[in-house]
Amino acid sequence: MNHSPLETTALFHMGPVAITEPVIVTWVIMAFLTLFAIAVTRRLSLMPSKAQTVLELFVGAIDSQIRDTMQVEPGPYRALIGTIFVFILIANWSSLIPGIEAPTAHLETDAAFGAIVFCSTIFYGVRALGLSGYLKTFTKPTWVMIPLNIVEQITRTFSLIVRLFGNIMSGVFIGAIVLSLAGLFVPIPFMALDLLTGAIQAYIFTVLAMVYIGAALAEGRQESPTTPNRK
Amino acid sequence: MDNAIQLISIFAAAMAVSFGAVGPALGEGRAVASAMDAIARQPDSAGTVSRTLFVGLAMIETMAIYALVIALLVLFANPFVK
Repeated sequence: MNHSPLETTALFHMGPVAITEPVIVTWVIMAFLTLFAIAVTRRLSLMPSKAQTVLELFVGAIDSQIRDTMQVEPGPYRALIGTIFVFILIANWSSLIPGIEAPTAHLETDAAFGAIVFCSTIFYGVRALGLSGYLKTFTKPTWVMIPLNIVEQITRTFSLIVRLFGNIMSGVFIGAIVLSLAGLFVPIPFMALDLLTGAIQAYIFTVLAMVYIGAALAEGRQESPTTPNRK
Repeated sequence: MDNAIQLISIFAAAMAVSFGAVGPALGEGRAVASAMDAIARQPDSAGTVSRTLFVGLAMIETMAIYALVIALLVLFANPFVK
């Protein structure tokens, strides 16, 4: 094993920017998802077609997850949470296509997801509670906890990144090792296991993102439980 | 002994994975045992239990994956190896 899973090689350079394989794969997935969404939602009707029924089922499942986990109405969060889930799922499963390595098996892609979750936690927290209200949640339960709360924000994002990266990368790694040891059909059970791992990791990442955003909102709710509109 | 760092790094990677796998293995064993127990008592809730079990197992397994990531860092991205 002389190929490090921690580095990426640039395929070509676009001006000063090096373009690597995960970047291309993520952009292809993004284009695919966008075109798929446009194609399916172009003709929405009250008497749904088959595709629309499946889509509504899926959106409903995401909505109920958000409602269960975050205890809020799913409207403002559906786009972010749903996109994260669908994208990570497709990215994890994209390694099934021969010659394509899952972009989530590289640390940079996962770091981008972690940064999105980190920023959106702050964004939704500030939007729901105001800047001073959000900063005040760091002093819960006492002001002694301020450094710990700040460290927690960073470490949980980091563990989110490394969890997704480690699980997907180890699947790719094990596949490569088994392929180098044994022949043609032996890696197939491992690939089947990768499918399960990919789906579960996408789900876990999404649930944890929901929990983090929900926690930023819920700490403000505990302070004023009589607020009529629970946003 | 100019490659002592490489030797120690490989040893450290093996130690990280071997000891890092002990805790999650025990934890997963307990989780699966409890889930089996729960399903045996209430077969109706098998779906919910096994779904929660899978997610919990993935969370526990992540601890072992952290050890694997550290091992790979030591092997492939060691800051002390030129």
